[in-house]
Amino acid sequence: MLTLDHLDKVYRTGTFGGSELHAVRQVSLDVQRGEVVSLIGESGSGKSTIGKMVLHLLDSSGGTITFDGRDVTRLGFRARREYYRKVQGVFQDPFSSFNPIYKVDRTFETLRRSYFPRVSAASWREKLEDALAAVTLEPDDILGKFPHQLSGGQLQRLLIARALLLDIELLVADEIISMLDASTRIDVLNLLGELKGRGLGILFVTHDLSLGNYVSDRVVILYKGRIVERGVTSAVFGDPLHPYTRDLLASVPHLDRTWEEVEAEEAERTRRLAGRCLYHEAVAAQGRSLGEEADAPDGVPNGLGLVEYSPGHFVGCFRKAADEACPGSAGAAG
Amino acid sequence: MALAVNDLKVWYRTRRGDVKALDGVTFEVADGEIMGIAGESGCGKTTLGKALIRLDTRMRHVGGTVVLDDDELPLADDNAMRRRRYREVSLIPQYAMSAMNPTRKIGRMIRDLLGSHNVRYSEVLPELERRLKLVGLEPDVLGRYPIELSGGMKQRVVLVLSTLLDPSLLIGDEVTSALDVSSQKAVARALVEFRDHGFVKSMIVITHDISVLFQVADTILVMYAGHLAEKAPARTIIDEPLHPYTKMLIGALPQVGDRYEEQRLEGIEGRPPSLLEPPAGCRFRDRCPLAHDRCAEAPPFREVAEGHHVACWAVS
Repeated sequence: MLTLDHLDKVYRTGTFGGSELHAVRQVSLDVQRGEVVSLIGESGSGKSTIGKMVLHLLDSSGGTITFDGRDVTRLGFRARREYYRKVQGVFQDPFSSFNPIYKVDRTFETLRRSYFPRVSAASWREKLEDALAAVTLEPDDILGKFPHQLSGGQLQRLLIARALLLDIELLVADEIISMLDASTRIDVLNLLGELKGRGLGILFVTHDLSLGNYVSDRVVILYKGRIVERGVTSAVFGDPLHPYTRDLLASVPHLDRTWEEVEAEEAERTRRLAGRCLYHEAVAAQGRSLGEEADAPDGVPNGLGLVEYSPGHFVGCFRKAADEACPGSAGAAG
Repeated sequence: MALAVNDLKVWYRTRRGDVKALDGVTFEVADGEIMGIAGESGCGKTTLGKALIRLDTRMRHVGGTVVLDDDELPLADDNAMRRRRYREVSLIPQYAMSAMNPTRKIGRMIRDLLGSHNVRYSEVLPELERRLKLVGLEPDVLGRYPIELSGGMKQRVVLVLSTLLDPSLLIGDEVTSALDVSSQKAVARALVEFRDHGFVKSMIVITHDISVLFQVADTILVMYAGHLAEKAPARTIIDEPLHPYTKMLIGALPQVGDRYEEQRLEGIEGRPPSLLEPPAGCRFRDRCPLAHDRCAEAPPFREVAEGHHVACWAVS
């Protein structure tokens, strides 16, 4: 349904915009109906930038975004309005998504004015109650209240209800649970799982691996703007290949194992993959040498591409930062 | 016994009345113990940490005592506490790494801090550099500005500078939050290492993230709405919690192996009570599946097994 193809984003930084920051490099991924795809990465990985480009809050610098076969990379004001009927976003801090001096109802009124001007008050109320029921909120508990009277979890579900009023097909959920308490967090996650069952596609942006793992069908691991590994959740989490993914998984605090135990368990995999690069090994096996990589058939320069290690499990070059040398280059060149 | 807190009550003055943020807590922290405090926002964990250092103008010491190394802390007496802060009790407040003076180099900032406690910078400099190395930082960070360091580096600088005078007790409030997982791991490990080296005798680590506590803490104290719910060795809290709140809280945490399709986790219905006029008795009873008539009376925080304290009538 949603396809990103070789998406790029370059920010101009510095006082006069003289220097450039390559925030997203050649990112290709897709989200299907009824599927949760998690974008996982640390701060500065470009995960939020990707979400914002999909929502047209930022322009992309290269590549294309396609929605249902239609190129939506550049949209005019009118077209964008139509696009937002199908695609909506919810963000990290629910308290700053609401205007604190108005009741929460105003959020829905604004939506009604822009998108449903001809809907009668009675049928609007019915629609609203349906949407609130879908996110397991009681209309009487919520409507007529100010944002500070509601909990973060309630507000976050309210924002999802707002998105549902538009019959959306894709939801971009950017860190929507990181501000919530543990006891309410899981309710919002379960809600995402339920919406997925109703055919919604969800792009779930998070830095928390255990949350990403809980609901998502596929995960995309980003590092400094580049996809280092992506695939079916169980494959990536069960058999992490890229050194960055392995580091990340070994750093997650578990509740049943200490960090030392995790490191001991992973020692064998670490040894097996040390000094290697599965990407360049696969490229070499196809009969292309490293020097020709710039002309690779997939057209992705400078080792930013991915190879399919096992069905549905893709991994990129094993170097971490763009200016680092590939750990496998010594062996592969010889 | 490094720290003994007995029936401590600290309330906040507001125009609508007193907010009973810390309403009678009793616990002990042994020498060399790292105790984690877990709980949701508004449970009083930060108030507890702050109360052991300095009461701000809104906070009122209503009752209870705090004894550190056989010596009672004069909590309500700001001047008397001044001599103990940093030397005996040290606090890393929440967002400490963002509170560094952006116009001062790190070294200069540490010199100012030591100066205000009448300690000469040059005397502690060798030890300072040694400890920076220990947490994986080069001594040249002292010549840099905070903006030049990453979050994880800043947090490690904060850890080193707040323990420079070898305090008896260090309180770390959300020291690993807002960091990427790899920096989180480095900071968490540095905490344990500082205890192992004896730079601090005991530690209280406050966080909402129980999985981090499981990695670093010896014991975990779970708080709910200004009361203590449960305290036990870290592994016991995770594997065999007794208080219904702890059980539900642990049950609501997705682990890396858990999947929505296979194992649906559940949150806790409802919200904690307002602390302005908190209901009498157990404060969790409105959300508790085991609540019965007796819960209208506050359950005592008692020891049910060695080192395992619970405040719940349903636990025998």
